Amino acid sequence: MAVFPRRRHAAVALAAATALLVTAGCGGGDEPGDGPVTLTVDVFGQFGYEQLYQEYMTANPGVKIVERGTGTNLDEYSPKLTQWLAAGRGAGDVVAIEEGLLVEYKANPANFVNLLDHGAADLKGNFLEWKWNAGLTADGKQLIGLGTDVGGIAMCYRKDLFQKAGLPTERDAVSKLWPTWPDYIATGEKFTAAKTGASFLDGATNTFNTILLQTAGNSSGYSYYDTSEKLVVDSNPAVRQAYDTTMDIIDSGLSGKYGSWSEEWVSAFKQSKFATIACPAWMTGVIEANAGTGAQGKWDIAQVPGNGGNWGGSHLAVPKQSKHQAEAIKLAKFLTSAKGQIGAFKAKGPLPSSPQALDDPAITGATNAYFSGAPVGAIFGTGAKSLKPVYMGPKNQAVRTEVENAVRTVELGQRDPAQGWTDAVTNAKKAAAK
Amino acid sequence: MTVQLDARPPVAPAPQRSPGRLSRLDTRLSPYLYIAPFFLIFGIFGAYPLAYTFWVSLHDWDLLGADHPFVGAENYTRLLADADFWHALVNTLGIFVISTVPQLLAALWLANLLNRGLRARTGWRMAILVPNVTSTAAVAIVFGVLFGREFGMINWVLDLVGLDAIQWKSNRFASWVAISAMVDWRWTGYNALILLAAMQAIPRDLYEAAAIDGANRARQFWSVTVPLLKPTIIFCAIIATIGGLQLFTEPRMFHSGTNPIRGGPLRESQTLTMYMFENAFAPHYNFGYGSAVAWLLFALIAIVAAVNVLLLRRLGGVDRPQKGAAR
Repeated sequence: MAVFPRRRHAAVALAAATALLVTAGCGGGDEPGDGPVTLTVDVFGQFGYEQLYQEYMTANPGVKIVERGTGTNLDEYSPKLTQWLAAGRGAGDVVAIEEGLLVEYKANPANFVNLLDHGAADLKGNFLEWKWNAGLTADGKQLIGLGTDVGGIAMCYRKDLFQKAGLPTERDAVSKLWPTWPDYIATGEKFTAAKTGASFLDGATNTFNTILLQTAGNSSGYSYYDTSEKLVVDSNPAVRQAYDTTMDIIDSGLSGKYGSWSEEWVSAFKQSKFATIACPAWMTGVIEANAGTGAQGKWDIAQVPGNGGNWGGSHLAVPKQSKHQAEAIKLAKFLTSAKGQIGAFKAKGPLPSSPQALDDPAITGATNAYFSGAPVGAIFGTGAKSLKPVYMGPKNQAVRTEVENAVRTVELGQRDPAQGWTDAVTNAKKAAAK
Repeated sequence: MTVQLDARPPVAPAPQRSPGRLSRLDTRLSPYLYIAPFFLIFGIFGAYPLAYTFWVSLHDWDLLGADHPFVGAENYTRLLADADFWHALVNTLGIFVISTVPQLLAALWLANLLNRGLRARTGWRMAILVPNVTSTAAVAIVFGVLFGREFGMINWVLDLVGLDAIQWKSNRFASWVAISAMVDWRWTGYNALILLAAMQAIPRDLYEAAAIDGANRARQFWSVTVPLLKPTIIFCAIIATIGGLQLFTEPRMFHSGTNPIRGGPLRESQTLTMYMFENAFAPHYNFGYGSAVAWLLFALIAIVAAVNVLLLRRLGGVDRPQKGAAR
């Protein structure tokens, strides 16, 4: 009996210690040690930075770079980034922000280091003017991010499938097939009639977004929101025009109906199930990753129907929560320098936003072996300096999601075009109000 | 570690000095200390988030915003008028019903089979639990591919036997069926084992008596086994309810590509937890509204659980063996 209480005391002490241990476990922090500084870079898609990291680490032995997120799509990446920012921890030291989401992040600039306080003002001349301005807050006093790439648009196509369908395969001849979107549709009808077993294009939503950004860039300069941040989804003729053109594409049965970025979309790349895909510069890296080495030399790049356009492009920002801000800013400056942008372009194809880089022979003379040696530098770079940016409003991503879903319902035959348009407008308004 | 050991509770030091008082204190206090870790952890990870979520739901709370103005019940009134919320509720209940009913029936049948004198009985019993130990995400991804529109194996088989392909991801009912298949694949074996355990507790003489009365196997099953299993069946139903109303991973991973959180272009298989996530995180980042969804979901689960308890009292109570014998 004498032993029993003591044993119980021990048990009580153990229980209390466990409780303490559990609570203490929650407060653990990662202290900056004496060793090399580890910088985390958060990206999505294909930024093409691997070689640049190696170079940077060799030049700066005190820095180790870890990257997260290559290959993830934006829909997975952006919620995570937002949660990290809201929670005050978890974000990388350098984070990529896509143009459609930049406005939302800019609305809460306190989350980011003001790069103007760290000598970024001198770099202004290194970026296309609109790209630089896009990184500034509305009052112009804080610079959230430095530009990485812009998304000049072309049309990527499968030479082997074009040949099978009896269409020209040489890129200049292919460009001549479709000066306008109706010409593109006419070509698609010829392609479909040849019954190659493949669809003419991957899916309607990406094509819709391409047409929209192109039309908007060439007219008002805004898409779902006007520059006073008023939702104009139902009154902006560019939106309606892009919608109607996309409906014609769907009507003609050209779409393979592969939901963009889905597993099926990736399989369709691998199995050569479609012949063309609207191709912002950064898409070339995505195609290469999805279609794999087996399709090397089967792809080529032609001009996009219509006239130019810009889709996508990102900025690099440094969150205030970073424990190594100075080092992170230095790395962000390096990655967005003309040299960094050229390196990224060579690796994965994102088109530089730096005029110096765009003029560099490394870009103007660049070819891409995967795309049959297409002169990607000339195709994407030529129009880049005259690109007209499209203004993105505060809830751009949510509104775009609704409109693209409406397009998708028509593509899948769940709605007719008129119902789809009603859905697009109603749901977009609802999303904007949330 | 020393720091933690130093933080001894007040009851620990020097038992030999005044054993009587200390031992009384010990008897009184130590039970609370023993259960303290649970309440501490529940407080931190259960009660506090619950209360905080309610607090958030009363505000217009942009996840990234600096100001969170108080709006009272506005999130709730908006939510009750939100067609997408009710749509998600119907999806959740629909998937719940078409997954749970076949699941419990199949589990009952499996348990009955396993209760017989099979060869390698333990092997079979372990085998039916295997799906339960696989990762939900992995299962969902594989099923997502199996139910693919064009490259999926299910549609390929349908094509082989001359049937039309089914739009598993963009047809509301078909997507419910596909997701239910996933849930059932994972949970049927688990429920079968629980039912099997209950079956083995049924006295053999009841069956002998039934056999003497001329009841065949099927009659024995429906008239002896099933009534005696009712409390266990209801237990399984409650567990399935809790899981079913919170269904997230399966429908979320079933869809891939842009905004999978929507559960299909027309929200065909978006469950309540997915709707909560869509509002609290991408693309809306409206934490207040998302929190309101979470609280209404909580209320819904509470109601369904209460109904379950009532059922349990009624059905479970009436059919206890003793009372059955007394009738």
